Amino acid sequence: MVPFDFAYYRPQSIAEATALFAALERDGKRPLYYGGGTEIITLSRLNLVRTAAVIDMKAIPECRVLDASADPLVFGAALSLTELEEANPFPLLTKAAREVADRTARNQITLGGNICGQIFYRETALPLFVAEADVIVAGPYGVRQCRFNDLFHQQLQLGRGEFIVQFKVDRATATLPHFHRKRRKQGEVGYPLVTIAALKKDGAIRVAFSGVCPFPFRSAEVEAHLNDRSRPAAERIQAAVAAFPRPILHDIEGSADYRLFVAAKLLEDALRELGEEETM
Amino acid sequence: MEETTKRELVLSINGERRAVVARQAETLLFVLRDGLGLTGAKPGCLNGDCGACTVLVNGTPIKSCMMLAIETVGKEITTIEGLDDAPIQHAFVRHFAFQCGYCTPGFIMNAHALIERHPDADETTIQEWLEANICRCTSYQEIETAVKEALAAKKVETKF
Repeated sequence: MVPFDFAYYRPQSIAEATALFAALERDGKRPLYYGGGTEIITLSRLNLVRTAAVIDMKAIPECRVLDASADPLVFGAALSLTELEEANPFPLLTKAAREVADRTARNQITLGGNICGQIFYRETALPLFVAEADVIVAGPYGVRQCRFNDLFHQQLQLGRGEFIVQFKVDRATATLPHFHRKRRKQGEVGYPLVTIAALKKDGAIRVAFSGVCPFPFRSAEVEAHLNDRSRPAAERIQAAVAAFPRPILHDIEGSADYRLFVAAKLLEDALRELGEEETM
Repeated sequence: MEETTKRELVLSINGERRAVVARQAETLLFVLRDGLGLTGAKPGCLNGDCGACTVLVNGTPIKSCMMLAIETVGKEITTIEGLDDAPIQHAFVRHFAFQCGYCTPGFIMNAHALIERHPDADETTIQEWLEANICRCTSYQEIETAVKEALAAKKVETKF
């Protein structure tokens, strides 16, 4: 139950959505774009989110596109995670999506919502980092396309009134050898101790993490250490982990030391599965 | 521009059109129970974790504590009250797949959708779907048996 009132809007186009946002903002309604709504509703109940208006993105056709035959592949931000899983155009994204929350919740959780939400794990961002996806953003100044990695620093750097319309992923990249693993404190559902997504392109490993820091990340320095084949794998991993950004999460799910230990083990698994045995 | 007020919603529930006046910020669970007297969907955690409030929206399981009622206008809602002698209901009774019964409507709605959508579901699919629901009495083994029996019956029915 949401302990305050808000108005619900369901625009049918990008232009209608941005115009609504601007009008509601002018009226002091502090509007929120609304995807699956799971986070807005659950955090509202706890008074951690407050708004006088939500703008549902699910009737905007561009936000609902799933084009698996195009190159690049196109994923609308308002697709549910289970819709993406069932279509499976990008297997690494499917694996990341499948580990978020539980299946019933994923019938509602959208790709855009998972990436833009307040809950900082944002695990579906990891495949988009390593695939070097593009992102289509709409806002008061029109529609723009940019590199996902350029726009994401700890979280997506969207301007007021902007929202994600789509993600685009190079078709060939989407089928490259990859690795995904999520380790939790316990059970099969829940937040990660460490989640890792990796992909090998042109002989180089790209890797992104969630659950290690209070934000998901991909780091050039970490990857430089991992791909330094002049050194044995154990040293590469040690140097990579030492180069992680800070702070390392230290909470009830796991201590900072334990998370780094788990991350190093997962990197070992990733290198092995991506064919780096000869250096191990 | 519309003001934040209550609004009359016409919802399609269990094959009937039902009108209800509700806040735009109200969840489907609350409107079903307090607005329409359909108390089969249960409030548990109200946080999307337990699955006791699961209903079907256009045949897809949804945690009704996390969906606004207004989002379901124009869609087909099925609650436990709308299941009429579904095989999974009988299977639950036969295998005594509950103790206190509080989680049962949610489990049944999720399992019913699984059986309808994936009559060929394997162990992995069954686990993936059903781990969205929690049973504090830990009747999981009996629930699994009931679901597998209903799936097997559906498979036979589908073949013929």
